[in-house]
Amino acid sequence: MVTPQEYLRPQAAQLPQAEPGPVTAPFWAACRRLELLYQRCGHCDAAMFPPAELCRQCLAPELRWERSAGRGALYSWTIVHRPVTPAFTTPYAPAIVTLAEGYQMLTNIVHATPGQLRLDLPVRVTFAEAGAGLVLPYFEPA
Amino acid sequence: MSKRRGAVIAGIFNTRQALRLDGETSRSLAIQAITGALDDAGLTLADVDGISADAEGAALIYDLRLGPAWRGSAFGLMMVHEAVAAIEYGLANVIVIVAAQAGAHRSHAATAPWTRPENEFVAPWGMFTAAEFALIARRHMEVYGTTREQLSVVAATIRNNGDRNPEAVYYGRGPFKPADITASRPIADPFHLLDCAMTSEGGCAVVLASSDRAGSFRRKPAYVLGAGADFYGPSYQFPPAWDLAGRGGGDPNGLAGRRAADLAFAQAGLDRADVDVLELYDPFSFEVIRQLEAFRFCGAGEGGPFVADGHIQLGGSHPVATDGGLMSFSHAGVNPQMIQRVIRGVQQLRGAAGPLQVKGARVALCSNGGAGALFTTVMLLGDDRPW
Repeated sequence: MVTPQEYLRPQAAQLPQAEPGPVTAPFWAACRRLELLYQRCGHCDAAMFPPAELCRQCLAPELRWERSAGRGALYSWTIVHRPVTPAFTTPYAPAIVTLAEGYQMLTNIVHATPGQLRLDLPVRVTFAEAGAGLVLPYFEPA
Repeated sequence: MSKRRGAVIAGIFNTRQALRLDGETSRSLAIQAITGALDDAGLTLADVDGISADAEGAALIYDLRLGPAWRGSAFGLMMVHEAVAAIEYGLANVIVIVAAQAGAHRSHAATAPWTRPENEFVAPWGMFTAAEFALIARRHMEVYGTTREQLSVVAATIRNNGDRNPEAVYYGRGPFKPADITASRPIADPFHLLDCAMTSEGGCAVVLASSDRAGSFRRKPAYVLGAGADFYGPSYQFPPAWDLAGRGGGDPNGLAGRRAADLAFAQAGLDRADVDVLELYDPFSFEVIRQLEAFRFCGAGEGGPFVADGHIQLGGSHPVATDGGLMSFSHAGVNPQMIQRVIRGVQQLRGAAGPLQVKGARVALCSNGGAGALFTTVMLLGDDRPW
């Protein structure tokens, strides 16, 4: 039995966010269009995330943005009950998701109960606003 | 006997540690720690020609009128290793390593500032150290079946050490049963409050000196027998994945510290069985289980049953964090807690650990970091001169 208080939702308040740099700005701009981007190396084809200036595999500068299908599997997760700052409402579920395109990213799992979370749970991206100009790529059970 | 010049851990000092040290500043505690460690060593400020204090080193050299002096740039227990090398290479004769913190974290509405860097791919997800380390712990629990109860055994063991340590912030606050840990309020699943390090205030210092100065030492010297450092990236900026690996085919991040431990044991010419006491870095309960596996004290996935069988208790085969560690002794900011693992190791080798003394301790393993932080460093200390 899960109470409404335990259900995992996107954050409602304005969240802290660091200023994007020139390398990362396209990712956040795409989130505002509800698109999940990652980088693909034009030289060795490696998938790259978080965004980098040079390919972390072959060091080539030919990184191009590609759109992820936003499908992946839950790699690890936690349910936070003591918020990092008062800006966050608990519970929330930081997680590492392995995307089908072959990279991992940090996110939060939403639209789920804590009991639903398990290793390799299929998940998909879902976007939510979290303050002025900030749209976050959350993940939910697929 | 060889004539080679070596470096000796000659002095150690912990200031008072407390949740708050009103009236103190990071600087006032640093000065107390420096003078205390020099006194412990039988040396004075006039003997000092090197300082290692992370970002504060240069200012301390100026304010203590120590110039011209060597300045270290390492962090945590690798400050000790760097100072040993500086002395062996003749860059300095007497080096003070110091770290202290007071007043940096007084509003507990948020977690301590050093636990939550402002990275754009971390901050909006509500990450802080407990969540970072929880992502490593959860992965291990899912893959190997490590249990909530096994985490509680670690935390209860370490907190019961602190309960008996008069210098610990949480002295007299036990004893704890594993069920008490599990019953504390949840923080970041699987971690409950009592699985986590405290945040406190305090300072500490370590004096390293050339063995040429042995005539003036007041205490039995301790020696660095070996060390190693495994880094996988900056802490708290990238997903803390167990399987994060480099291009070289080495062990993944979940085994951070394995290469470092292998190197340290090879340098020391020692086996795992030679270690008497393990002053492991204990930011969160699971980290002890992880390090026992990474350092090859037990096999992959065996860390949980290993701790549950009592090995890590004070009277067990592998006593850990005998001062109470970060959970119960002190966790005074970014760097003091790191150096204090070495200080406790030296106390054990001196036979100065009081009611928590490991009988006949001659070799101590100290560690820093953890896989949630993408690095682990390891150091072996001994009471036997290695040269």
